[in-house]
Amino acid sequence: MNNKDLLNLIDITVSFEGFLALNKLNLNLKKGELRAVIGPNGAGKTTFLDVITGKVKPTKGEVIFKGKSLVGRKEHKIARLGVGRKFQSPRIFENLTVKENLEISVTTPKSPLNLINKCIKDEQLNEIERLMKIVNLAQKVDSKAGSLSHGQKQWLEIAMLVGQKPDLMLVDEPVAGLTDEETDLTADLLKSLSGENTVVVIDHDMEFIRRLDSNVSVLNQGTVLCEGTMETIQKDKKVIDVYLGRPED
Amino acid sequence: MSLSKIKFDKKIILSFWIILIALIIAAPTLLPVFRLNLLGRYLSLSIVALGVDLIWGYTGLLSLGQGIFFALGGYCAAMYLQITSSSEFPNNIPEFFALYGVEKLPFFWEPFKSPVFTFLAIWIIPALVAGLIGFLVFRNRIKGVYFSILTQASLLVFFNFFNGQQKLINGTNGLKTDVTQLFGQMVGSEFMQRIFFWITALLVIAAWFFAKWVVKGRFGNILIGIRDDEPRVRFTGYNPVIFKTIIFSIAGGLAGISGALYTVQSGIVSPQFMTVPFSIEMVIWVAVGGRGTLLGAILGAVFINYAKSLVSEALPASWMFIQGGLFILVVTALPEGVLGWIQGDGPRNLLQKFGLKRKIETYPSLEVKNKEGNNE
Repeated sequence: MNNKDLLNLIDITVSFEGFLALNKLNLNLKKGELRAVIGPNGAGKTTFLDVITGKVKPTKGEVIFKGKSLVGRKEHKIARLGVGRKFQSPRIFENLTVKENLEISVTTPKSPLNLINKCIKDEQLNEIERLMKIVNLAQKVDSKAGSLSHGQKQWLEIAMLVGQKPDLMLVDEPVAGLTDEETDLTADLLKSLSGENTVVVIDHDMEFIRRLDSNVSVLNQGTVLCEGTMETIQKDKKVIDVYLGRPED
Repeated sequence: MSLSKIKFDKKIILSFWIILIALIIAAPTLLPVFRLNLLGRYLSLSIVALGVDLIWGYTGLLSLGQGIFFALGGYCAAMYLQITSSSEFPNNIPEFFALYGVEKLPFFWEPFKSPVFTFLAIWIIPALVAGLIGFLVFRNRIKGVYFSILTQASLLVFFNFFNGQQKLINGTNGLKTDVTQLFGQMVGSEFMQRIFFWITALLVIAAWFFAKWVVKGRFGNILIGIRDDEPRVRFTGYNPVIFKTIIFSIAGGLAGISGALYTVQSGIVSPQFMTVPFSIEMVIWVAVGGRGTLLGAILGAVFINYAKSLVSEALPASWMFIQGGLFILVVTALPEGVLGWIQGDGPRNLLQKFGLKRKIETYPSLEVKNKEGNNE
């Protein structure tokens, strides 16, 4: 662990009634890093995000974010500390408009009194406009989010994530169900976000991961199997065995 | 759920309000006292329905225990009226105490000698009780069916407590208010009932505007967010527990006001206000009127109750069947309630079926605006 690290996961073990979803997982993230996490089904990718965001409490181990322990903190407190999450299937508020969705994400402070008393600040409105332009939803401002296409929903959720201004963005399968063109745009967007933000992307899509051009961590059976660039891990024998599959199989 | 609003002209809105206010002012002269009193009662019930709409229609919390807060408001009002009208009774305490040999006023009656305290207590006490119950339940992340069962169980606890405490609040007999005095007038008199009707009508409008203000803007959007996807709200950095506690508390306060107004117009408050069917009926009014529409809650409460009294007069004992049938009809045919159906695409779809309106092939929002805007 060193001071440049934004996040350290130390020996995280999560046991669901005896089943080890995560088994002594160690992972460190530097500030500004873009990291891809891949792994076969059941490798513990989503549980890994659940532990960081406070949805699941680790049975053992420690999560250190910006020097503070996250274990035992409530989800909304962790979110306020600067951890943002995009879910696997787009989770947006379908009965609200695109703009209202973004308002929810950019508003600070997130207290009831602030929401009921005061109008939204100008800089927050500007931020919403900027976000809508980035994700090409400017014409859909007042449309119900539920009426958007699947790809637009994914993008709206990414915009909501960015609007939260988190230090750490956890992005779960952002390109599931997107067209090739949309996938490319998403990869560019995530690359442009890293540097200023630290981004963790979980996905299955190898082409997409390659496009991200980042360090990759391979999870298997709840633990980190291998870490490195796409080239390194593609040559790693263990990875080939469990995930990529041997050519002769 | 479609919440799209029909855009009214300003003129139509203005004339609507003028007619409404004229009707409220004229109602006591147009209606016989008996009918006026019924209308006043039903209007007061629409305030508790507004609260149900806030917590259920907007926030997704199906409470089957709003009767608790409704009754608490009613008891607060009745205790004040009883105590201020007890000067000619033994020990200067309400008459019923003598039946059970109570000579000293129980301590919690004391503050109700003050009209100011009573006015505040009518809504603050139910709001606090609701806030406390709500906080404990929401903090433990009890949701959905479990929340509904828990509120119903709380209702039964309150019912049994109030029902059994003869020496404190006259138990199952309740507290009568119609023969008590308020500002030198008999509460049950025609004159006072007229005043209560007007106060109720004004408070319904005030409560309606208040509820609209609560659900307007980002606060209301968070409530809808909690209803549709609570974990998502949490991961965005909001604490749903606080929002749910606040809205449950507001609904409790509205229920208290509603209960107090209902009590002075029906002449008695009793543990019957805390029976299970009554609290379920409150939910039915909102379901039939239209969840998440506010106005639907008011209309549902008033019209269903008016229908109830008309049907019961004509065909006694048949009302329960009609009410049950109405609920089934709404749930199966109009899941968004009557007003939700009107405000959504309901009328358009109906006209289409009879070939009176062109079918929409793409998004309604695109076609309806463009085509019909050009036609006009």
